[in-house]
Amino acid sequence: MTTQIKQQVEEIEAFEAAQEIEGGDVVLVDTREPHEYQEAHLENGKLVPPGLLADEIAAAAPDKSARTILYCRSGNRSYIAAQQLEALGYTDVASMAGGILAWQEQGLPVVAASGMTAEQRDRYSRHTLLPEVGVDGQLKMLNAKVLLVGAGGLGAPTALYLAAAGIGTIGLVDDDVVDASNLQRQVIHNTERIGTPKTQSARLTIEALNPDVDVVEHNFRLDSSNIVELLSEYDLIVDGADNFPTRYLLNDASVRLRKPVVSASILSFDGQISTFVPFEGPCYRCLYPTPPPAELAPSCSANGVLGVMAGQMGLLQANEVLKLVLGIGEPLIGRLLLYEALSTRFTELKVRRDPHCPICGEDAPEIPDSELGKFPDYDAFCAG
Amino acid sequence: MATIRIPPVLRAQTGGQTEVEAAGGNVGEVLRALTAAHPATEEQLFGPEGDLNRYVNVYLNDEDVRVLDGLDTGVSDSDTVIIMPAMAGG
Repeated sequence: MTTQIKQQVEEIEAFEAAQEIEGGDVVLVDTREPHEYQEAHLENGKLVPPGLLADEIAAAAPDKSARTILYCRSGNRSYIAAQQLEALGYTDVASMAGGILAWQEQGLPVVAASGMTAEQRDRYSRHTLLPEVGVDGQLKMLNAKVLLVGAGGLGAPTALYLAAAGIGTIGLVDDDVVDASNLQRQVIHNTERIGTPKTQSARLTIEALNPDVDVVEHNFRLDSSNIVELLSEYDLIVDGADNFPTRYLLNDASVRLRKPVVSASILSFDGQISTFVPFEGPCYRCLYPTPPPAELAPSCSANGVLGVMAGQMGLLQANEVLKLVLGIGEPLIGRLLLYEALSTRFTELKVRRDPHCPICGEDAPEIPDSELGKFPDYDAFCAG
Repeated sequence: MATIRIPPVLRAQTGGQTEVEAAGGNVGEVLRALTAAHPATEEQLFGPEGDLNRYVNVYLNDEDVRVLDGLDTGVSDSDTVIIMPAMAGG
């Protein structure tokens, strides 16, 4: 009996439906249940569930002579609905054979009511399954704009995992080029990229990993003349700089603009990380009011660093970013986490706001751009 | 005796040790015991006036001694004193 009925209504293939839809003047009706529609549907498809057809079809398809194409999951419900429409006097009706399954199999695009495509729902499913994340959380990540200062040791793993997570805009500040000695830890780069600007190399890797991410290259050195404008474009910042002047400059500007900074550092077998949210917790200067002299702050190139340290601390930074974007968990605000790789030991220290901090203290004066990151004693800046 | 954790940049001055035990009733005494045993650390920790250098953070367990009683902060045998200058590497 089903076979007999199936000979009465026009059935068209998915690609044919696509062509007709593109030509315009088609009323497209989705004859599934609401939760299926939410999951994924054809753009401009109007939902009319089977049980409500008689009541709602007039609103969805007021013109009974207009070309009306119906679809469902696999082609059965839409076929029956098409018959019902014909019984109601619709004269130009077709059902899409194979339904939305066939449509997707043929590579045609779908949208979701939530704002993610079906491809995105697949890519981020391990995130959206988590109750603390869900589709809403993933959308927050896709809409977030994060700036990474430094696309080197810390920046590399942080950028990789933030890109994988679907952070929609990732800015990279670095004026350096890829060097062979970087590849022991800066895994976003590779041998073919030696000599390439780091921001460009990172962008290429990220684009291959996740096309949802917009990578913005800032191939210059940060200074007090460019930092305020740059920071304004982002929601939060990751400090992966390799020198003190940049760290203090970043701190002073981020406090002024009220941008959170996730800040880590590494050397030999040790790492530190904390999250600075202006006025909610301490700032970098509350923690380190004065930078040390050069002999107490060697660079990785002078002293060495175990390659994995970059990954370990970089991913802790990425974790902080995701918590801040999603608004879940407990970020390291007012907490300094120390990690020693040789003993695999974590230590947590408390960091307090300094009421007399020259940048975030209650009586801190407003300072002009040119004074951002500065200290009275400039000799202190031989470090790094 | 309290335990002092030595940061990487000072380990050369303590013969490579990452932890040093030191006797003292307060943080100042414990650090002076360290500088007595390893004189090369004195210059890094203390300024010419005998104050702790501002760029060196010292913690008693998990609290910066600046929010406690500074060098006068009391120390017991089960305590850990952590010396921590800033690191910039990235």
